[in-house]
Amino acid sequence: MADDKDVLRDVWFGRIPTCFTLYPDEVTEREAEPFYLLLPRVSYLTLVTDKVKKHFLKVVKTEDVGEMWFEYEGTPLKWHYPIGVLFDLHASNTALPWSVTVHFKAFPERDILHCSSSSVIEAHFMSSIKEADALKHKGQVINDMQKKDHKQLWMGLQNADKFDQFWAMNRKLMEYPTEEGGFRYIPFRIYQTMSDRPFIQKLFRPVSPEGHVLTLGDLLKEMFPAAICQDDEPKKYQVVIHGIEPLFETPIQWLSEHLSHPDNFLHICIIPSPSD
Amino acid sequence: MPSSLLWAVDVYGRVYSLSTAGQQWEQCRHAHLEFKRVSAVQQCCWGIACDHHIYLNVHASDVPIRYQEETYENQRWNPVDGFSDRLLPSDRWQWSDVTGLQHQPLDSFQLPSETWEWEADWYVDENFGGEPTEKGGWTYAIDFPATYTKDKKWNSCVRRRRWIRYRRYKSQDTWAKIPSEQTGSLPDPFNDISCGGWEITEEPRGRLSLWAVSLQGRVWFRDGIHYVNPEGSVWEEVSTPGEVVQISCGPADLVWAVLWEGQLQVREGISRDCPKGSSWVVVESPSPEVGAIHVAVGVNVVWAVTKDHKVWFRRGVNSHNPCGSGWIAMVGEMVMINVGLNDQVWGISCEERAVYFRQGVTVSELSGKAWKAVSVPRDNERSHSSASASSLQSAGCFFGGEVRLQSQASVMSDVDSETEKAAEGAPSILEPEDAPKPRIPKVTSDSFISELVSDREGQIGRREGPPAIAEPPIPEEDGAEGETEGKTAPALVLSPSQSGGLDPQWSNVDLEEAQTHLTVGAVAESAETCSLSSVATFNLGMEEQYGPDERPLWAWVSGGGCAIDSHSQLNWFNSTTGLNTSMQAMSLSITPSQTAAWRKQIFEQLSERSKREMENFRHYEQAIEQSVWVKKGTMQWWRDWKPHKWVDVQFALEQFSGAEGNKDGILFIYYTFNEEKKYLHAFINEVTILVPVLNESKHTFAIYTAERTKQRWPIRLAAATELEMFDWLALLSVSCCDSRGIHGPPSKQAIWSVTCKGDIFVSEPTPNLEASPYPTPCDQMFWRQVGGHLRVVECNSLGVVWGIGYDHTAWVHSGGYGGGFFQGLASSTDHIYTQTDVKSVYIYENQRWNPVTGYTNRGLPTDRYMWSDASGLKECTKANTKPPSPHWTWVSDWAVDYSVSGGTDREGWQYAADFPASYHGHKTLKDFVRRRRWARKCKLTTTGPWQEVPPIPLSDVTILPCGPKSTVEQVPLWGISNKGDVLCRLGVTSLTPAGTSWLHIGTDQPFKSISIGGACQVWAIARDGSAFYRGSVSSQNLAGDCWYHIPSPNRQKLKQVSVGRTSVYTVDENGNLWYRQGLTPSYPQGSSWEHISNNVRKVSVGPLDQVWIIADKVQGSHSLSCGTVCHRLGVQPMEPKGQSWDYGIGGGWDHITVRGNAMEAPRIRMPSLTDNGNNATGPRSPLLSRGTSELNGNAGQRIQAVYSEQVDRYA
Repeated sequence: MADDKDVLRDVWFGRIPTCFTLYPDEVTEREAEPFYLLLPRVSYLTLVTDKVKKHFLKVVKTEDVGEMWFEYEGTPLKWHYPIGVLFDLHASNTALPWSVTVHFKAFPERDILHCSSSSVIEAHFMSSIKEADALKHKGQVINDMQKKDHKQLWMGLQNADKFDQFWAMNRKLMEYPTEEGGFRYIPFRIYQTMSDRPFIQKLFRPVSPEGHVLTLGDLLKEMFPAAICQDDEPKKYQVVIHGIEPLFETPIQWLSEHLSHPDNFLHICIIPSPSD
Repeated sequence: MPSSLLWAVDVYGRVYSLSTAGQQWEQCRHAHLEFKRVSAVQQCCWGIACDHHIYLNVHASDVPIRYQEETYENQRWNPVDGFSDRLLPSDRWQWSDVTGLQHQPLDSFQLPSETWEWEADWYVDENFGGEPTEKGGWTYAIDFPATYTKDKKWNSCVRRRRWIRYRRYKSQDTWAKIPSEQTGSLPDPFNDISCGGWEITEEPRGRLSLWAVSLQGRVWFRDGIHYVNPEGSVWEEVSTPGEVVQISCGPADLVWAVLWEGQLQVREGISRDCPKGSSWVVVESPSPEVGAIHVAVGVNVVWAVTKDHKVWFRRGVNSHNPCGSGWIAMVGEMVMINVGLNDQVWGISCEERAVYFRQGVTVSELSGKAWKAVSVPRDNERSHSSASASSLQSAGCFFGGEVRLQSQASVMSDVDSETEKAAEGAPSILEPEDAPKPRIPKVTSDSFISELVSDREGQIGRREGPPAIAEPPIPEEDGAEGETEGKTAPALVLSPSQSGGLDPQWSNVDLEEAQTHLTVGAVAESAETCSLSSVATFNLGMEEQYGPDERPLWAWVSGGGCAIDSHSQLNWFNSTTGLNTSMQAMSLSITPSQTAAWRKQIFEQLSERSKREMENFRHYEQAIEQSVWVKKGTMQWWRDWKPHKWVDVQFALEQFSGAEGNKDGILFIYYTFNEEKKYLHAFINEVTILVPVLNESKHTFAIYTAERTKQRWPIRLAAATELEMFDWLALLSVSCCDSRGIHGPPSKQAIWSVTCKGDIFVSEPTPNLEASPYPTPCDQMFWRQVGGHLRVVECNSLGVVWGIGYDHTAWVHSGGYGGGFFQGLASSTDHIYTQTDVKSVYIYENQRWNPVTGYTNRGLPTDRYMWSDASGLKECTKANTKPPSPHWTWVSDWAVDYSVSGGTDREGWQYAADFPASYHGHKTLKDFVRRRRWARKCKLTTTGPWQEVPPIPLSDVTILPCGPKSTVEQVPLWGISNKGDVLCRLGVTSLTPAGTSWLHIGTDQPFKSISIGGACQVWAIARDGSAFYRGSVSSQNLAGDCWYHIPSPNRQKLKQVSVGRTSVYTVDENGNLWYRQGLTPSYPQGSSWEHISNNVRKVSVGPLDQVWIIADKVQGSHSLSCGTVCHRLGVQPMEPKGQSWDYGIGGGWDHITVRGNAMEAPRIRMPSLTDNGNNATGPRSPLLSRGTSELNGNAGQRIQAVYSEQVDRYA
């Protein structure tokens, strides 16, 4: 009998095997070996790539070094999306390891935010959590926490093995009054590669006014009806969360509690079905 | 806690019960009987019906109530006929009782009442003191009365045999009339009844005291009620100093009664030998002006109600002082009060006649905190109303029109005037029926009125409007008052005369419609006349606010069978508390969907994802460096060398990520020896078990490694506080599990064991555990603790796990892990439940005889303490004996224990020639010392992954061991009730491990141990120590057909049996382990017993025929240990007896089960098959680990460096 806690564990310990290669145009003193790394799905690129930087800086001429950025098949990777989302969105259904190209020059100012230090990531992460809690509990839970509690969440994310430390605090953010059957609103973001919109984010309650439990399908019907195909049609889109495709009948509240990222958002990727 | 029932009678005489797990009153439907009063206990409910007869409702149970009748057939030998029924004139009857004095032929046995039936015909008992007799069952002797043997000898002149026949109580879950006796002493009908007294003595089993009061105020005691005689045998009058109106009997020895004049009478002298008591003592009414009218007693409480409905609590009541010390006025106005189990209190309010529960009643605060209304609906009224629909006449419509407010008012006002009379008038002029409870009997005892009203109530009960709820007592003018109240007012404009003019076509059927649909459409349809529409509007308004709620009027409540304590979660009240913890919230949100497809899909996909994205890439470097993490504290350590003593130490746990990505760690204990700082350390991955050793003085725990298990000498540590200890234990436990990669619930193969403290441990077997010739040594097994408290755990390889508590409660494993002191992530969020257990603590009172004073408590200087433990070596007085650990609390007072083996005299004494010797239950001339045992019950409340399987308490349980891949639709599970009944559980599957119900298997005597093995072979041990084999049990015939008596080995009394795939092992009372020889498929009973070993306490034989025992007297380096887990080595298909023992964890172990481990050992020639997925930290292939260093350098080595640096720092 599997336990729901195992889901949290699987989500937290999700890793993407990644092969970092240096962009060929970068000027090197000698040939750059690719670098292999297991990236935590729930973390952020710039938070976990110190080793990558160190590895490639050994061969890159120091005068050419700008801010490091990543690109996958021509798409610059936004560091402020969780790694798992970047992978699911751009590289689902491709062969592993995920092949990411490393740049030190020509920072794509239009596409990517600058990330000068980990405090930028921390600010982004904490603001996401606060936003999520504002949706879930009008921000009451996060505001009741002390500074050190906030720090504990952030430290938990920073250290991949601190599942216990993180969840000891994060479970408070997952509480809700039993009689209401869920959060006030579900913090979610829907990503798609097909459009220029960054992501869809609207207010959505876990329980209908009539008291029915709303599901992933209900959410999509409202936010992205095209994702739901009729029985006779071939499937046009895959709806991917943490690399899996939950059934549409999955209650959205359960998903929010168990498949949210550490930033407390449920990140949903909608990608075209593989054509083969 | 299993659900239990609160009983109540409404003012119309209908009996309802409310389950502690339920949310509605269920009507007890029976033969249209109306009841005045009920008095419930856990196993039954007594009631006085409106026909003034007493009725008994025995709750159905899977175990029938059976009584064994026996008689003896006696014969004498003579040279002519041989043995014949021609006896000498001086001899006994040819058919007699066991003594020979009573003539009892077979046909003299009659069923005691209509509620009994014979189970089968008479048959001869062929079991003689645990030994099978010759066919025919004769036992022989030289003469009557003499010692009988089962063998016929040359001088056997007489013989006898025992015939037995069972009768069965057939009236269950229905009201059985207690036949009234035709004696002159019982002239007037009963008016009050109260049942209790089950705590006075446990012998005979299920004994109850039933007290009754007649209309003339006389008191009666029902004698002879016990388990196999639920109806009791005879009424005995108990003289009283005055006319009694009401009586209350508590669970123990409290009995209080109320006199007409308003004083209270307390019964004194109630004891085991005299449950009726001996005399009455008067206690004045709480209020000098107003007499008492009602009293309710529990174990340590007395509540009373005076005629002005004021509620009073009696201070200082207990068994020694049944009168208490003073009254305290309580808030609330009640017409009656009832005290149930655990001194919980219910009342019926004077105003709205609602049942109230007293919240916050605990041992330390017996008077509780506040009254809280029980507001749950009654079960579907429709069936009732349709049943009585035919009898509904215009009167129903008449009153129905104005929505019952008026009808209620008329009834109530009628009663009200009675009340006034009762309160003002002199008691002597009152109608006897009315005075004791002036508001109720008018309606409950007058069956005509109640019938009338009950019909009406049935129809319109749902229409109770908000005004009625807000303003419960409805005097006549209430109708007018209601008009002022908001939107409901229009409906209330109707006066009785107007509604009387209602169209008669508005029949009960229409009412029914309106009632069930209550939709706007129905309103529109029925809105023909203005009065109707207003009624409908009224309904609608009410529906919006209150749903299908209704408010019954209650007359009587009885909580004597309702088990509630401060931990109980009740859903009887409307208001719910605010923000719940995430534990509850999360489990609530998922519980109903535990098995939903979407959930399963997520689990499957996640594990697929992990496999896809990680399995082939484990050699990749982790993106984030792991860190070292240290927790320090101060503790005391039990020094390893002599003189042993507790010394202060610094304690530190360092954790870091191991080479495999697992967490690992080292424990350090820094101590000072000869002013030199030293330390001791243990690697977390070498720790095999952490054992909490709580006692009253120190919070200690023991840490074992394989080496220390061999030495029988763990690292013993004591924390300053209990909290600190549990903190450390939880942390260390998580750390140990992490280092071994063990997460989540125990596997189906898990080996379970229980210590003598009731702590539960589980170990994941490796495939090599049962390998031959080189099994994993069992001192290397890693045990982790699971929350809960049990005496016995049994399991099988399909994941069905059952446990039995010290109080014999049966529990089933919920599939979770953690609980107890494991918090947060070391524990599953769902599947954790509250668990309670009760056990007795025993002390001994020792006395020595001297010629002057007889037995005194002044012994000789060499003697033992006057109050001691069983050994006599440790002083244990009543005052200084504490519960076993701080987690246990006393729940009873000290009482003499009569159920000691060897028997006792009437005062509980056992006699012997001297201490310590064998004791017997009667004094002889040679006896100079005596002792008696005192018992006190204590209770533990904890949590764990266990769910109770009510209601039958068990003493043993066994589950069919299965092969690793076998699929069994229904898992055979057998149990033995604590009364010795053999039971077979139906409906047990791996998805529903609790099963559905018990099937009772008849036996001729009580049993104590049972085991089911391969091919459904069922073996059992009877209480007399003999073994039985159950014939023809199969998956088609779960219950089998009959018992075969197997003689015990060498006249030893057997006590436990375990059956594996084919092997059968038993343990006898002298600690010998026996193996059954000669079992074949055609002769499964085998031929003889072969002695294997001694000093054995318990045996568990698994599905591979592996043999594990709990052994006593195992030698360690420091001491001899009792209760050690041992594994039989060398067991092979051709050599099922094995060769020698391998010693594992201990001492202090009490139970083990290996019956889940069906994991075959790998074949030695094919080592590649060893990793079958059960080993969570499967070996990595050599290729991949080489890859690590090739790819990104040496993560593993780096960790190694950190690690050695750490060690160096402390070296």
